[in-house]
Amino acid sequence: MFGPTLDRYAAPKFFYPLAGRLVPWLGTLAAALLLLGATWGLVLAPADYQQGDSYRIIFIHVPAAWLSMLTYMVMAGGAFVFLVWRMKLADMLAKCCAPLGAAFTALTLVTGSLWGKPMWGTWWAWDARLTSELVLLFLYLGVIALRGAIEEPQRAGRATALLTLVGVVNIPIIHFSVDWWNTLHQPASLTRLDGPAIHPAMLTPLLLMIAGFTVYFVAVLLQRMRCEILERERDARWLVELDAP
Amino acid sequence: MTEFLAMGGYGAYVWPCYALAVLVLGLNAWLPWRRHRRLDRQRHTRPVE
Repeated sequence: MFGPTLDRYAAPKFFYPLAGRLVPWLGTLAAALLLLGATWGLVLAPADYQQGDSYRIIFIHVPAAWLSMLTYMVMAGGAFVFLVWRMKLADMLAKCCAPLGAAFTALTLVTGSLWGKPMWGTWWAWDARLTSELVLLFLYLGVIALRGAIEEPQRAGRATALLTLVGVVNIPIIHFSVDWWNTLHQPASLTRLDGPAIHPAMLTPLLLMIAGFTVYFVAVLLQRMRCEILERERDARWLVELDAP
Repeated sequence: MTEFLAMGGYGAYVWPCYALAVLVLGLNAWLPWRRHRRLDRQRHTRPVE
């Protein structure tokens, strides 16, 4: 269905050791990018002429927000592949995405709140961007709760996949909310047709942090999937043979 | 140094953000790592049928 190569790597037997080799490298790369990006953002980048030093929250807030949506799309991809082709690794991928996505979304909401208080004068507003991001958090929590509520793994996977795919509609709403409605939240600065509207001195650390968060996500996702494989395949012959000399 | 920590008067907002990020990223890295170590250990101590 995906060609022999992808089918091979999608088998837990091949995926497990492959992911095991990748995780340390990705983890180290993520740590390096995050450390460099945070130091650059906190120390080297200049203060903003309007927002002073408060804007430095951007180096956490924007990468977290990006990951909150990317994680959902990866989860939806896994859900789709599992529904159509019944690939169990895709279901494990979707399952492992949910708690990570919830964490990124919560981080986005709290850091946004900490930025909103000094800049807008309020911790929270029922504004389109903020509300749709809150809906995203509830979607993640709903997906986690639904999976937990159904005992049989195949059925749990299918029901969760359906809910996940329905929830995809919220992703473009989050992204375009700042254009479609009058919101307190500022419009996009990075994903604009005429290029980013941020000075390179601030853009560089921001891109480093976005890259760092993304690599981090892949690393922890792979590690979670390895745990999932060990739990679901504990009696599989390949696992026993894995350590055989 | 004091000036750096003050963050132009926004220290009370900026530092909690970074502290929270460290906490969230740290926990999400440490928990799967610990879980994997446990599972792997169980796998090796379990008698093979």
